[in-house]
Amino acid sequence: MKKPTIPVFAVLAAAGIATSIYAIFFHAPLQYGLNEDGKLNGSSLFFNQKIFYFHTAHAMLLILAVASAGVSSILFLLSRTAPDAAAPGPESRGAMAFIRAHGSMWDDIASASVDVAVAFGAIALLSGSIWAKAAWDVWWNGEPRLTITLLLWLVLVGYVVVRRFAGPSADRITAGMAIFGGVSSYFVYTMVGKDSHPASGTNGVVATLGPGMKGAFWLTVASFACWYIALVVSRVQSTRAERELRELRERGLDLGVLQ
Amino acid sequence: MSLARRREPAPTGAGAGAGAGAGGRVSSLVRHAARIAWKDLRIELRSREILYTMAFFGALLVVIFAIAFPLDMRAVRGSLPGMLWTAIAFTGTIGLGRAFDRERENDTMRALLLAPVPRLAVFLGKAIATALMVLAVAVICAPLLAVFLNVALFAHPLPLVLIVVLGAIGVAVTGSVFAATLLKVRSRDVLLPVILYPLLIPLFGAGTKCTAALIADPANLEGAWYWIQFLGIYDAAFLVVSVWIFESLVIE
Repeated sequence: MKKPTIPVFAVLAAAGIATSIYAIFFHAPLQYGLNEDGKLNGSSLFFNQKIFYFHTAHAMLLILAVASAGVSSILFLLSRTAPDAAAPGPESRGAMAFIRAHGSMWDDIASASVDVAVAFGAIALLSGSIWAKAAWDVWWNGEPRLTITLLLWLVLVGYVVVRRFAGPSADRITAGMAIFGGVSSYFVYTMVGKDSHPASGTNGVVATLGPGMKGAFWLTVASFACWYIALVVSRVQSTRAERELRELRERGLDLGVLQ
Repeated sequence: MSLARRREPAPTGAGAGAGAGAGGRVSSLVRHAARIAWKDLRIELRSREILYTMAFFGALLVVIFAIAFPLDMRAVRGSLPGMLWTAIAFTGTIGLGRAFDRERENDTMRALLLAPVPRLAVFLGKAIATALMVLAVAVICAPLLAVFLNVALFAHPLPLVLIVVLGAIGVAVTGSVFAATLLKVRSRDVLLPVILYPLLIPLFGAGTKCTAALIADPANLEGAWYWIQFLGIYDAAFLVVSVWIFESLVIE
Protein backbone atom coordinates (compact mmCIF):
# COMPACT_ATOMS: atom_id res chain seq x y z
CA MET A 1 0.00 0.00 0.00
CA LYS A 2 2.27 2.71 -1.26
CA LYS A 3 1.15 6.30 -1.54
CA PRO A 4 -0.09 6.34 -5.20
CA THR A 5 -2.34 3.30 -4.79
CA ILE A 6 -5.53 5.24 -4.10
CA PRO A 7 -5.20 7.89 -6.83
CA VAL A 8 -4.23 5.31 -9.45
CA PHE A 9 -7.18 3.05 -8.69
CA ALA A 10 -9.57 5.99 -8.31
CA VAL A 11 -8.61 7.35 -11.74
CA LEU A 12 -8.86 3.88 -13.28
CA ALA A 13 -12.28 3.46 -11.68
CA ALA A 14 -13.54 6.85 -12.87
CA ALA A 15 -12.39 6.28 -16.44
CA GLY A 16 -13.66 2.70 -16.39
CA ILE A 17 -17.10 3.55 -15.01
CA ALA A 18 -17.56 6.37 -17.53
CA THR A 19 -16.54 4.07 -20.38
CA SER A 20 -18.72 1.24 -19.15
CA ILE A 21 -21.78 3.48 -18.92
CA TYR A 22 -21.17 4.43 -22.54
CA ALA A 23 -20.65 0.80 -23.48
CA ILE A 24 -23.78 -0.35 -21.65
CA PHE A 25 -26.12 2.17 -23.23
CA PHE A 26 -24.64 2.70 -26.70
CA HIS A 27 -22.70 -0.44 -27.47
CA ALA A 28 -24.38 -3.42 -25.81
CA PRO A 29 -27.53 -4.62 -27.61
CA LEU A 30 -30.98 -4.68 -26.04
CA GLN A 31 -31.87 -7.98 -24.44
CA TYR A 32 -34.81 -9.87 -25.87
CA GLY A 33 -35.63 -13.50 -26.41
CA LEU A 34 -37.24 -14.92 -29.54
CA ASN A 35 -39.38 -17.98 -29.97
CA GLU A 36 -38.68 -20.39 -32.81
CA ASP A 37 -41.21 -18.60 -34.99
CA GLY A 38 -39.37 -15.30 -34.61
CA LYS A 39 -41.87 -13.73 -32.18
CA LEU A 40 -40.81 -12.10 -28.89
CA ASN A 41 -41.11 -14.39 -25.88
CA GLY A 42 -41.55 -13.91 -22.14
CA SER A 43 -37.87 -13.56 -21.32
CA SER A 44 -37.57 -10.22 -23.12
CA LEU A 45 -36.40 -7.49 -20.77
CA PHE A 46 -35.36 -4.80 -23.28
CA PHE A 47 -34.11 -1.71 -21.50
CA ASN A 48 -34.68 -3.12 -17.99
CA GLN A 49 -31.80 -5.51 -18.51
CA LYS A 50 -29.33 -2.58 -18.42
CA ILE A 51 -29.42 -2.56 -14.63
CA PHE A 52 -28.00 -6.08 -14.66
CA TYR A 53 -24.50 -4.73 -15.43
CA PHE A 54 -24.32 -2.70 -12.22
CA HIS A 55 -26.33 -5.13 -10.12
CA THR A 56 -24.23 -8.20 -10.85
CA ALA A 57 -20.95 -6.30 -10.58
CA HIS A 58 -21.89 -5.02 -7.13
CA ALA A 59 -23.13 -8.43 -6.00
CA MET A 60 -19.84 -10.05 -7.12
CA LEU A 61 -17.80 -7.45 -5.24
CA LEU A 62 -20.06 -7.88 -2.21
CA ILE A 63 -19.08 -11.55 -2.11
CA LEU A 64 -15.42 -10.61 -2.51
CA ALA A 65 -15.66 -8.07 0.33
CA VAL A 66 -17.43 -10.51 2.64
CA ALA A 67 -14.91 -13.25 1.91
CA SER A 68 -11.99 -10.93 2.60
CA ALA A 69 -13.65 -9.74 5.83
CA GLY A 70 -14.17 -13.34 6.93
CA VAL A 71 -10.61 -14.45 6.14
CA SER A 72 -9.03 -11.43 7.81
CA SER A 73 -11.29 -11.89 10.87
CA ILE A 74 -10.05 -15.46 11.24
CA LEU A 75 -6.45 -14.26 10.84
CA PHE A 76 -7.07 -11.52 13.41
CA LEU A 77 -8.37 -14.01 15.96
CA LEU A 78 -5.45 -16.33 15.21
CA SER A 79 -3.06 -13.45 15.85
CA ARG A 80 -4.64 -13.06 19.29
CA THR A 81 -4.15 -16.65 20.42
CA ALA A 82 -1.36 -17.35 22.87
CA PRO A 83 1.98 -18.08 21.16
CA ASP A 84 2.54 -21.40 22.95
CA ALA A 85 -0.86 -22.69 21.87
CA ALA A 86 -0.39 -22.34 18.14
CA ALA A 87 3.33 -22.19 17.33
CA PRO A 88 5.70 -24.42 19.28
CA GLY A 89 9.10 -23.01 20.12
CA PRO A 90 10.48 -19.48 19.88
CA GLU A 91 12.21 -20.14 16.55
CA SER A 92 8.93 -20.65 14.72
CA ARG A 93 8.74 -18.38 11.70
CA GLY A 94 6.65 -18.44 8.59
CA ALA A 95 2.92 -18.06 8.33
CA MET A 96 1.97 -17.99 12.01
CA ALA A 97 4.63 -15.42 12.92
CA PHE A 98 3.55 -13.26 9.98
CA ILE A 99 -0.07 -13.47 11.07
CA ARG A 100 0.82 -12.55 14.62
CA ALA A 101 3.07 -9.65 13.64
CA HIS A 102 0.26 -7.98 11.65
CA GLY A 103 -2.58 -8.40 14.14
CA SER A 104 -4.09 -4.93 13.80
CA MET A 105 -3.72 -4.95 10.02
CA TRP A 106 -6.10 -7.93 9.71
CA ASP A 107 -8.59 -6.10 11.87
CA ASP A 108 -8.31 -2.96 9.73
CA ILE A 109 -8.82 -4.95 6.54
CA ALA A 110 -11.85 -6.74 7.98
CA SER A 111 -13.43 -3.51 9.13
CA ALA A 112 -12.73 -1.70 5.86
CA SER A 113 -14.08 -4.60 3.81
CA VAL A 114 -17.31 -4.64 5.81
CA ASP A 115 -17.77 -0.88 5.43
CA VAL A 116 -17.42 -1.25 1.68
CA ALA A 117 -19.57 -4.40 1.67
CA VAL A 118 -22.44 -2.49 3.31
CA ALA A 119 -22.36 0.09 0.53
CA PHE A 120 -22.03 -2.45 -2.28
CA GLY A 121 -24.67 -4.68 -0.69
CA ALA A 122 -27.12 -1.78 -0.47
CA ILE A 123 -26.61 -1.03 -4.16
CA ALA A 124 -26.95 -4.70 -5.11
CA LEU A 125 -30.17 -5.06 -3.09
CA LEU A 126 -31.72 -1.83 -4.36
CA SER A 127 -30.85 -2.42 -8.01
CA GLY A 128 -32.06 -6.01 -7.70
CA SER A 129 -35.31 -4.76 -6.25
CA ILE A 130 -35.82 -2.35 -9.14
CA TRP A 131 -35.10 -5.16 -11.59
CA ALA A 132 -37.54 -7.44 -9.77
CA LYS A 133 -40.29 -4.81 -10.10
CA ALA A 134 -39.74 -4.77 -13.85
CA ALA A 135 -39.27 -8.51 -14.36
CA TRP A 136 -41.48 -10.11 -11.69
CA ASP A 137 -43.76 -7.13 -10.92
CA VAL A 138 -42.90 -7.22 -7.19
CA TRP A 139 -40.31 -5.24 -5.30
CA TRP A 140 -39.47 -8.17 -3.12
CA ASN A 141 -40.21 -11.85 -2.89
CA GLY A 142 -38.99 -14.35 -0.32
CA GLU A 143 -36.70 -16.00 -2.83
CA PRO A 144 -33.54 -17.68 -1.39
CA ARG A 145 -30.83 -15.54 -2.84
CA LEU A 146 -32.68 -12.35 -1.91
CA THR A 147 -33.31 -13.57 1.61
CA ILE A 148 -29.74 -14.68 2.16
CA THR A 149 -28.38 -11.42 0.75
CA LEU A 150 -30.67 -9.38 2.97
CA LEU A 151 -29.71 -11.37 6.07
CA LEU A 152 -26.04 -11.13 5.20
CA TRP A 153 -26.48 -7.40 4.75
CA LEU A 154 -28.20 -7.14 8.14
CA VAL A 155 -25.26 -8.94 9.77
CA LEU A 156 -22.95 -6.45 8.05
CA VAL A 157 -24.95 -3.45 9.27
CA GLY A 158 -24.91 -4.97 12.77
CA TYR A 159 -21.14 -5.30 12.40
CA VAL A 160 -20.80 -1.59 11.60
CA VAL A 161 -23.10 -0.67 14.52
CA VAL A 162 -21.08 -2.78 16.95
CA ARG A 163 -17.83 -1.44 15.56
CA ARG A 164 -19.07 2.08 16.19
CA PHE A 165 -20.61 1.67 19.65
CA ALA A 166 -18.83 -1.21 21.36
CA GLY A 167 -15.71 0.68 22.40
CA PRO A 168 -12.29 -0.91 22.74
CA SER A 169 -13.41 -4.53 22.55
CA ALA A 170 -15.25 -3.96 19.26
CA ASP A 171 -12.48 -5.58 17.23
CA ARG A 172 -12.91 -8.98 18.91
CA ILE A 173 -16.70 -8.92 18.96
CA THR A 174 -16.95 -8.03 15.30
CA ALA A 175 -14.43 -10.70 14.34
CA GLY A 176 -16.70 -13.21 16.10
CA MET A 177 -19.71 -11.81 14.24
CA ALA A 178 -17.98 -12.21 10.88
CA ILE A 179 -17.17 -15.87 11.55
CA PHE A 180 -20.59 -16.74 12.97
CA GLY A 181 -22.22 -14.86 10.10
CA GLY A 182 -20.36 -17.00 7.59
CA VAL A 183 -21.53 -20.22 9.26
CA SER A 184 -25.06 -18.89 9.64
CA SER A 185 -25.45 -17.90 5.99
CA TYR A 186 -24.95 -21.54 4.94
CA PHE A 187 -27.90 -22.55 7.13
CA VAL A 188 -30.02 -19.71 5.84
CA TYR A 189 -29.33 -20.87 2.31
CA THR A 190 -30.33 -24.44 3.19
CA MET A 191 -33.42 -23.21 4.97
CA VAL A 192 -35.01 -20.94 2.42
CA GLY A 193 -35.48 -23.56 -0.29
CA LYS A 194 -36.04 -23.23 -4.02
CA ASP A 195 -34.25 -20.67 -6.13
CA SER A 196 -35.92 -18.59 -8.87
CA HIS A 197 -33.17 -15.99 -9.23
CA PRO A 198 -31.62 -15.82 -12.71
CA ALA A 199 -28.99 -18.54 -12.71
CA SER A 200 -25.28 -18.12 -12.22
CA GLY A 201 -22.40 -20.50 -12.94
CA THR A 202 -21.47 -22.21 -16.19
CA ASN A 203 -25.02 -22.16 -17.58
CA GLY A 204 -25.94 -18.89 -15.91
CA VAL A 205 -26.67 -15.41 -17.14
CA VAL A 206 -23.07 -14.19 -17.10
CA ALA A 207 -21.67 -17.22 -18.93
CA THR A 208 -24.28 -17.05 -21.68
CA LEU A 209 -24.17 -13.31 -22.36
CA GLY A 210 -24.26 -12.22 -25.97
CA PRO A 211 -20.98 -11.04 -27.52
CA GLY A 212 -21.87 -7.33 -27.33
CA MET A 213 -22.92 -7.61 -23.71
CA LYS A 214 -20.00 -9.61 -22.42
CA GLY A 215 -17.40 -6.90 -23.01
CA ALA A 216 -19.52 -4.20 -21.39
CA PHE A 217 -20.22 -6.46 -18.42
CA TRP A 218 -16.62 -7.36 -17.65
CA LEU A 219 -15.55 -3.75 -18.16
CA THR A 220 -18.12 -2.73 -15.53
CA VAL A 221 -16.92 -5.40 -13.13
CA ALA A 222 -13.28 -4.36 -13.59
CA SER A 223 -14.08 -0.65 -13.11
CA PHE A 224 -16.02 -1.27 -9.92
CA ALA A 225 -13.25 -3.61 -8.72
CA CYS A 226 -10.82 -0.69 -9.07
CA TRP A 227 -13.28 1.50 -7.17
CA TYR A 228 -13.56 -1.22 -4.53
CA ILE A 229 -9.78 -1.43 -4.10
CA ALA A 230 -9.49 2.36 -3.81
CA LEU A 231 -12.23 2.43 -1.14
CA VAL A 232 -10.81 -0.43 0.93
CA VAL A 233 -7.26 0.89 0.83
CA SER A 234 -8.35 4.37 1.84
CA ARG A 235 -10.49 2.96 4.67
CA VAL A 236 -7.58 0.85 5.92
CA GLN A 237 -5.26 3.84 5.82
CA SER A 238 -7.68 6.17 7.59
CA THR A 239 -8.39 3.57 10.31
CA ARG A 240 -4.68 3.11 10.82
CA ALA A 241 -4.13 6.88 10.95
CA GLU A 242 -6.93 7.21 13.50
CA ARG A 243 -5.35 4.58 15.70
CA GLU A 244 -1.87 6.09 15.43
CA LEU A 245 -3.26 9.51 16.31
CA ARG A 246 -5.03 8.07 19.34
CA GLU A 247 -1.89 6.30 20.51
CA LEU A 248 0.20 9.44 20.02
CA ARG A 249 -2.31 11.47 21.98
CA GLU A 250 -2.24 8.94 24.81
CA ARG A 251 1.54 9.01 24.84
CA GLY A 252 1.51 12.81 24.86
CA LEU A 253 -0.91 12.78 27.77
CA ASP A 254 1.27 10.31 29.64
CA LEU A 255 4.38 12.41 29.09
CA GLY A 256 2.58 15.60 30.12
CA VAL A 257 3.18 17.30 26.77
CA LEU A 258 -0.54 17.43 26.05
CA GLN A 259 -3.30 18.10 28.47
CA MET B 1 -18.77 -15.02 44.83
CA SER B 2 -17.54 -17.85 42.71
CA LEU B 3 -14.16 -18.00 44.43
CA ALA B 4 -15.62 -18.51 47.88
CA ARG B 5 -18.04 -21.17 46.75
CA ARG B 6 -15.58 -23.09 44.65
CA ARG B 7 -14.21 -24.95 47.63
CA GLU B 8 -17.50 -26.58 48.48
CA PRO B 9 -17.76 -30.12 47.19
CA ALA B 10 -19.30 -29.99 43.78
CA PRO B 11 -22.78 -31.46 43.83
CA THR B 12 -22.74 -32.54 40.23
CA GLY B 13 -24.13 -35.51 38.47
CA ALA B 14 -21.24 -35.51 36.00
CA GLY B 15 -18.95 -38.50 35.70
CA ALA B 16 -16.49 -37.93 38.53
CA GLY B 17 -14.13 -40.75 37.70
CA ALA B 18 -11.09 -38.68 36.72
CA GLY B 19 -8.80 -41.18 35.08
CA ALA B 20 -5.51 -40.44 33.33
CA GLY B 21 -5.02 -39.23 29.77
CA ALA B 22 -7.54 -37.76 27.34
CA GLY B 23 -10.53 -39.47 28.91
CA GLY B 24 -9.64 -37.92 32.25
CA ARG B 25 -9.24 -34.52 30.68
CA VAL B 26 -12.65 -34.69 29.07
CA SER B 27 -14.33 -35.85 32.25
CA SER B 28 -12.60 -33.11 34.26
CA LEU B 29 -13.74 -30.57 31.66
CA VAL B 30 -17.30 -31.79 32.02
CA ARG B 31 -16.98 -31.71 35.80
CA HIS B 32 -15.69 -28.12 35.80
CA ALA B 33 -18.36 -27.03 33.34
CA ALA B 34 -21.07 -28.65 35.46
CA ARG B 35 -19.68 -26.97 38.55
CA ILE B 36 -19.79 -23.52 36.93
CA ALA B 37 -23.28 -24.17 35.61
CA TRP B 38 -24.37 -25.31 39.05
CA LYS B 39 -22.85 -22.16 40.60
CA ASP B 40 -24.96 -19.99 38.29
CA LEU B 41 -28.08 -22.02 38.86
CA ARG B 42 -27.63 -21.98 42.63
CA ILE B 43 -27.29 -18.19 42.69
CA GLU B 44 -30.41 -18.07 40.54
CA LEU B 45 -32.32 -20.50 42.77
CA ARG B 46 -31.55 -18.35 45.79
CA SER B 47 -32.61 -15.00 44.35
CA ARG B 48 -34.90 -16.25 41.54
CA GLU B 49 -34.44 -12.79 40.01
CA ILE B 50 -33.83 -13.75 36.38
CA LEU B 51 -36.27 -16.63 36.41
CA TYR B 52 -39.16 -14.63 37.83
CA THR B 53 -38.59 -11.59 35.63
CA MET B 54 -38.08 -13.68 32.49
CA ALA B 55 -41.11 -15.83 33.20
CA PHE B 56 -43.32 -12.85 33.94
CA PHE B 57 -42.11 -11.08 30.83
CA GLY B 58 -42.80 -14.22 28.79
CA ALA B 59 -46.30 -14.52 30.25
CA LEU B 60 -46.93 -10.85 29.47
CA LEU B 61 -45.82 -11.42 25.88
CA VAL B 62 -48.28 -14.29 25.56
CA VAL B 63 -51.12 -12.14 26.86
CA ILE B 64 -50.18 -9.32 24.48
CA PHE B 65 -50.10 -11.76 21.57
CA ALA B 66 -53.49 -13.16 22.59
CA ILE B 67 -54.94 -9.64 22.57
CA ALA B 68 -53.12 -8.35 19.49
CA PHE B 69 -53.79 -11.19 17.05
CA PRO B 70 -57.11 -12.46 15.73
CA LEU B 71 -58.23 -15.59 17.54
CA ASP B 72 -59.88 -17.53 14.77
CA MET B 73 -58.45 -21.00 14.31
CA ARG B 74 -56.72 -20.59 10.97
CA ALA B 75 -54.99 -17.36 11.86
CA VAL B 76 -53.81 -18.79 15.18
CA ARG B 77 -52.40 -21.91 13.54
CA GLY B 78 -50.35 -19.66 11.31
CA SER B 79 -49.11 -17.27 13.97
CA LEU B 80 -48.66 -19.41 17.10
CA PRO B 81 -45.22 -20.79 16.11
CA GLY B 82 -44.00 -17.24 15.56
CA MET B 83 -45.36 -16.20 18.97
CA LEU B 84 -43.64 -19.08 20.78
CA TRP B 85 -40.27 -18.41 19.17
CA THR B 86 -40.54 -14.64 19.52
CA ALA B 87 -41.10 -15.20 23.24
CA ILE B 88 -38.05 -17.49 23.38
CA ALA B 89 -35.94 -14.92 21.51
CA PHE B 90 -36.97 -11.98 23.71
CA THR B 91 -36.74 -13.73 27.04
CA GLY B 92 -33.51 -15.42 25.98
CA THR B 93 -31.68 -12.14 25.36
CA ILE B 94 -33.01 -10.69 28.63
CA GLY B 95 -31.84 -13.75 30.56
CA LEU B 96 -28.45 -13.74 28.86
CA GLY B 97 -27.90 -10.08 29.60
CA ARG B 98 -28.78 -10.48 33.25
CA ALA B 99 -26.79 -13.70 33.75
CA PHE B 100 -23.62 -11.98 32.57
CA ASP B 101 -24.40 -8.67 34.28
CA ARG B 102 -24.17 -10.58 37.52
CA GLU B 103 -20.56 -11.48 36.77
CA ARG B 104 -19.86 -7.87 35.85
CA GLU B 105 -21.39 -6.29 38.94
CA ASN B 106 -19.17 -8.29 41.25
CA ASP B 107 -16.28 -8.26 38.77
CA THR B 108 -16.20 -12.05 38.99
CA MET B 109 -15.77 -12.71 35.27
CA ARG B 110 -12.05 -12.01 35.62
CA ALA B 111 -11.86 -14.40 38.56
CA LEU B 112 -13.74 -16.99 36.56
CA LEU B 113 -11.34 -16.63 33.62
CA LEU B 114 -8.31 -16.74 35.92
CA ALA B 115 -9.55 -19.83 37.72
CA PRO B 116 -7.41 -22.93 37.15
CA VAL B 117 -9.95 -24.55 34.88
CA PRO B 118 -9.96 -24.57 31.07
CA ARG B 119 -11.72 -21.50 29.63
CA LEU B 120 -13.73 -23.96 27.60
CA ALA B 121 -15.26 -25.19 30.87
CA VAL B 122 -16.19 -21.63 31.82
CA PHE B 123 -17.92 -21.18 28.48
CA LEU B 124 -19.72 -24.53 28.61
CA GLY B 125 -20.85 -23.95 32.18
CA LYS B 126 -22.29 -20.55 31.35
CA ALA B 127 -24.01 -21.92 28.25
CA ILE B 128 -25.53 -24.87 30.16
CA ALA B 129 -26.92 -22.60 32.88
CA THR B 130 -28.36 -20.17 30.31
CA ALA B 131 -29.91 -22.99 28.28
CA LEU B 132 -31.64 -24.31 31.39
CA MET B 133 -33.06 -20.87 32.18
CA VAL B 134 -34.35 -20.38 28.62
CA LEU B 135 -35.93 -23.82 28.85
CA ALA B 136 -37.61 -22.94 32.13
CA VAL B 137 -39.22 -19.93 30.48
CA ALA B 138 -40.33 -21.98 27.47
CA VAL B 139 -41.93 -24.46 29.89
CA ILE B 140 -44.04 -21.59 31.22
CA CYS B 141 -44.79 -19.85 27.91
CA ALA B 142 -45.77 -22.86 25.80
CA PRO B 143 -48.68 -24.07 27.98
CA LEU B 144 -49.89 -20.49 28.38
CA LEU B 145 -49.92 -20.07 24.60
CA ALA B 146 -51.80 -23.35 24.21
CA VAL B 147 -54.38 -22.24 26.80
CA PHE B 148 -54.89 -18.66 25.67
CA LEU B 149 -55.00 -19.44 21.96
CA ASN B 150 -56.77 -22.77 22.26
CA VAL B 151 -54.37 -24.72 20.07
CA ALA B 152 -53.43 -28.38 20.53
CA LEU B 153 -49.75 -27.51 20.91
CA PHE B 154 -48.96 -30.69 22.80
CA ALA B 155 -50.50 -33.15 20.40
CA HIS B 156 -46.99 -34.43 19.63
CA PRO B 157 -45.00 -33.69 22.77
CA LEU B 158 -41.72 -35.42 21.92
CA PRO B 159 -40.81 -33.46 18.75
CA LEU B 160 -41.95 -30.22 20.41
CA VAL B 161 -39.76 -30.81 23.45
CA LEU B 162 -36.83 -31.73 21.23
CA ILE B 163 -37.06 -28.63 19.05
CA VAL B 164 -37.44 -26.34 22.06
CA VAL B 165 -34.46 -27.94 23.82
CA LEU B 166 -32.34 -27.61 20.68
CA GLY B 167 -33.47 -24.00 20.28
CA ALA B 168 -32.59 -23.18 23.88
CA ILE B 169 -29.14 -24.74 23.43
CA GLY B 170 -28.54 -22.73 20.26
CA VAL B 171 -29.60 -19.43 21.84
CA ALA B 172 -27.50 -20.13 24.93
CA VAL B 173 -24.35 -21.20 23.07
CA THR B 174 -24.16 -18.30 20.63
CA GLY B 175 -25.52 -15.87 23.19
CA SER B 176 -22.94 -16.82 25.82
CA VAL B 177 -20.06 -16.10 23.45
CA PHE B 178 -21.29 -12.60 22.67
CA ALA B 179 -22.68 -11.76 26.11
CA ALA B 180 -19.27 -12.62 27.57
CA THR B 181 -17.43 -10.39 25.09
CA LEU B 182 -19.95 -7.56 25.54
CA LEU B 183 -19.45 -7.56 29.30
CA LYS B 184 -17.41 -4.38 29.38
CA VAL B 185 -19.34 -2.53 26.68
CA ARG B 186 -21.61 0.29 27.76
CA SER B 187 -24.51 -0.29 25.36
CA ARG B 188 -24.42 -4.09 25.72
CA ASP B 189 -28.18 -4.39 26.32
CA VAL B 190 -28.93 -3.04 22.86
CA LEU B 191 -25.98 -4.60 21.10
CA LEU B 192 -26.66 -8.17 22.22
CA PRO B 193 -29.89 -8.53 20.21
CA VAL B 194 -28.36 -6.53 17.35
CA ILE B 195 -25.60 -9.14 17.12
CA LEU B 196 -27.60 -12.22 18.02
CA TYR B 197 -30.83 -12.01 16.04
CA PRO B 198 -29.32 -11.96 12.53
CA LEU B 199 -27.06 -14.88 13.45
CA LEU B 200 -29.93 -16.84 15.01
CA ILE B 201 -32.37 -16.44 12.13
CA PRO B 202 -31.85 -20.03 10.92
CA LEU B 203 -32.63 -21.20 14.45
CA PHE B 204 -35.85 -19.22 14.71
CA GLY B 205 -36.79 -20.19 11.17
CA ALA B 206 -36.30 -23.89 11.86
CA GLY B 207 -38.13 -23.58 15.19
CA THR B 208 -41.19 -21.89 13.73
CA LYS B 209 -41.34 -24.24 10.74
CA CYS B 210 -41.10 -27.28 13.00
CA THR B 211 -43.77 -25.98 15.38
CA ALA B 212 -46.02 -25.07 12.46
CA ALA B 213 -45.64 -28.61 11.08
CA LEU B 214 -46.58 -30.04 14.49
CA ILE B 215 -49.77 -28.02 14.98
CA ALA B 216 -50.91 -28.31 11.37
CA ASP B 217 -54.06 -30.30 10.80
CA PRO B 218 -53.08 -33.08 10.12
CA ALA B 219 -49.64 -32.82 11.68
CA ASN B 220 -46.70 -33.10 9.31
CA LEU B 221 -44.36 -35.22 11.42
CA GLU B 222 -41.91 -35.84 8.60
CA GLY B 223 -41.39 -32.12 8.14
CA ALA B 224 -41.02 -31.63 11.88
CA TRP B 225 -38.26 -34.24 12.07
CA TYR B 226 -36.46 -32.61 9.15
CA TRP B 227 -36.32 -29.29 11.02
CA ILE B 228 -35.25 -31.00 14.23
CA GLN B 229 -32.30 -32.53 12.38
CA PHE B 230 -31.57 -29.19 10.74
CA LEU B 231 -31.49 -27.47 14.11
CA GLY B 232 -29.34 -30.25 15.55
CA ILE B 233 -26.73 -29.73 12.83
CA TYR B 234 -26.97 -25.96 13.25
CA ASP B 235 -26.40 -26.27 17.01
CA ALA B 236 -23.44 -28.60 16.46
CA ALA B 237 -21.83 -26.21 13.96
CA PHE B 238 -22.31 -23.16 16.19
CA LEU B 239 -21.04 -25.09 19.21
CA VAL B 240 -17.86 -26.00 17.34
CA VAL B 241 -17.31 -22.39 16.22
CA SER B 242 -18.06 -21.08 19.73
CA VAL B 243 -15.64 -23.49 21.36
CA TRP B 244 -13.04 -22.53 18.80
CA ILE B 245 -13.30 -18.75 19.12
CA PHE B 246 -14.48 -18.24 22.72
CA GLU B 247 -11.01 -18.04 24.21
CA SER B 248 -9.60 -15.57 21.69
CA LEU B 249 -12.72 -13.41 22.08
CA VAL B 250 -12.72 -13.09 25.86
CA ILE B 251 -9.00 -12.58 26.58
CA GLU B 252 -8.10 -8.94 27.08
